[in-house]
Amino acid sequence: MVTGHGRLQHVVRVWLPVGFFLLVALFPFYWMAITSIKPNAELYNRNVMPLIVHAPTLKHYVDLLTKSSFLLWTWNTMLVAVVATAISLILGTMLAYPLARMRFAGASLIAMTIAAIYLVPQPLLFIPLADIINRLNLGNTLTSVILTYPTMLVPFCAWLLLGYFKSVPRELEEAARIDGASRVQTMRMIFLPLCTPGFISAGIFAFTLSQNEFLYALIFLTKSTVRTVPVGVIAELIRGDVFYWGQLMAGALLGSIPVALIYSFFVEHYVAGLTAGSVKA
Amino acid sequence: MTIASDRLPVLAQAARRRVPLAVLLDRQGVFSWLMMALPLAFLAALVGYPFFYGILLSLQDRPVARAGTFVGLKNFLTDLHDPIFWQVAINTFVYTGVATLLKMVGGLGLALAMNQHFRMKNLVRALLLLPFIVPTVLSTVAWLWMLDPAFSVVNRLMVALGWPKPGPSWLGDPTLAMVSIIIINTWRGLPFYGITLLAGLQTVPQELYEAAAIDGAGGWHRFRFITLPLLRPIILIVTLFSVIFTFADFQLVYVLTHGGPQNATNLFATYAFDLAMGAGQLGLGASVALAMLPALALLIVALTIYMRRD
Repeated sequence: MVTGHGRLQHVVRVWLPVGFFLLVALFPFYWMAITSIKPNAELYNRNVMPLIVHAPTLKHYVDLLTKSSFLLWTWNTMLVAVVATAISLILGTMLAYPLARMRFAGASLIAMTIAAIYLVPQPLLFIPLADIINRLNLGNTLTSVILTYPTMLVPFCAWLLLGYFKSVPRELEEAARIDGASRVQTMRMIFLPLCTPGFISAGIFAFTLSQNEFLYALIFLTKSTVRTVPVGVIAELIRGDVFYWGQLMAGALLGSIPVALIYSFFVEHYVAGLTAGSVKA
Repeated sequence: MTIASDRLPVLAQAARRRVPLAVLLDRQGVFSWLMMALPLAFLAALVGYPFFYGILLSLQDRPVARAGTFVGLKNFLTDLHDPIFWQVAINTFVYTGVATLLKMVGGLGLALAMNQHFRMKNLVRALLLLPFIVPTVLSTVAWLWMLDPAFSVVNRLMVALGWPKPGPSWLGDPTLAMVSIIIINTWRGLPFYGITLLAGLQTVPQELYEAAAIDGAGGWHRFRFITLPLLRPIILIVTLFSVIFTFADFQLVYVLTHGGPQNATNLFATYAFDLAMGAGQLGLGASVALAMLPALALLIVALTIYMRRD
C-alpha cells in the first residue's frame, strides 16, 4: 500500500491540513509554556530569538506560588467545582430519571423547559442575580458561586443524562419490579449503577464548565481570599498597565492543568458527551 | 410458577400493610413529581425568579444599594437614543456572524481532514480539542500576551517574514480589535464544530460513497450531494448552539479589550456589565442585557423545538 508515491500523497492529504490545525490549536499553549520559564531579561528583549528559551528559570512559578494567593485560588476553584458538580449530578438525575422512565402528564413540557433553561446564557441573568446575592448577604462567599453554578449545570446534566438514561434497556428494571422491588429500590440498585458512563460524561462536563466560569465569579467574589483561579489571575496578576507576563503565563498554565488532566483520562467520555446532544438528534 | 403463586398472597398482604405513602409512591405521576420537586424548585428560585426580577429591574431607575423607582420603559428609550447601544448591537451581530461562519467552514475542514485513516488519530483529536476545554479566560490571557503592543510574538514573526516594523496594532486599532476577538473566538470554538461534525461524518454509510463512485461521481459531487445533506441536521444544531453563546459572549472581550478601543469591540454582555457593575446603574444595565432577549429567545425556541424532534 505505502509506495513512495502513496506516502507523499498521504502526507499531503492528511498531515498538511491536520498539521496546520494542530499548529494553530497548540501554539498559544506552547507560547504560554515557554513564556512561563523565560527570565525577564529574555521576555522583554526584542533582540532575542523568541521561539525558544535560552536560560530557563522557575522564578515565575516560585513568585506565583509565594507572592500571590494562587494556591488558595486553586483550592477555591476545586472546592467549588467539586461541590457544584456533585449537586448538579444529583439534581440532574432527579430530573432526568422520571423524564426518561415514567409516564406522567406534563413530562414533555418539563423536558422542553429544561432544554430551554440549558440554553439561557449567563449574561441574561447576572444583573438580577448580583442583586439577589447581595440581598442574601452572600457576596464574597464561595456559597454564592456554589449556588449559582448549578443553574447552568443542572439543566445541562439533566439533558445529557436524559439521553443516556433512555439508551439503557428496561428489562432489568422490569425484572426487579416483578420480584417486588419498589421504584426507589429499582432505581438505586439496578438502574443507576448501569449509568456510570453517563455520570462520568456529565460529571466531566460539569467540572470543566465550573472551572471555566468567569462572569459570576468576577461579580460575586471581590476579595482575594475567596477568588477562583480565572478571576484571581485577571484581577490580581494584571495590575494596571504593568503586566507580569511570566507569572501570568505560569498561572494560566497551572490553572489549565486540572482540566486538561481530567480531560486526558476521560477523553472518550468527553467526546461522547460533546456529540451526544447533536449527533443523536 | 408455583413459587410465584405461593408468594402472591404474601405480597398482597405486605402491600396492604405498607403505609399509604409507599403505595402512592408507586404511582408514576406521584413518584415523578416528588422526585422532580427539589430540582424544579431550585431552578424556579435561581433561574425563573432572577429572569422576571431582571425584567422588573429594567423598568426601574435603580442605582446600586438604593431602592429602585418605577420608570416604565424609560431605560429602553435611553438605550434607543444611545449611540453606543447601537454600536454595541452592530458589533454583536458582526462578531457573531463572522465568527460563526469561520467556525462552520473551518470546523467542516477540520472534520474532513480528520475523517481519514492515519496513525495517532485519537491523540491528534484529543490535542485539537484543547483550545475548547481549557478555561477561556486563561487561554485568552495567552492571546493577550501574543498580541501585546510591545512584545507581540505574532508581530515579531511577521516582521521577520518581511512585514514593515512594528506590525499591526492588534488591540489598539478599532477594526483590528474586532478582527482579533473574532479570530480568537474562532480559535476556541472551531474544535467544537470540528469534533462534533467528525462524529457526524463517521455515521455516513460508506456504501453511499461507493455507490456514488461507481456512478462516476467525483469528490466534490460526493461531498455536495451525500456528505453535506446528511450532515445538515448536525451542522444546524451545532451552529444554533454556538450562535447563542457567541451572541452572549463576555469573557473573551472582557479580558482582551474591555470593549475598547472606543467601544469598537463592546458587545451587549460587556456593555451591560459596564453599566450595571461599573456605573452602578442596575436598571439601565438590565435593559441592555434584555435587549439580547428577542434574538436569543428566537434561537432558543428554534433549537429546543429542533432537539425535541428526536
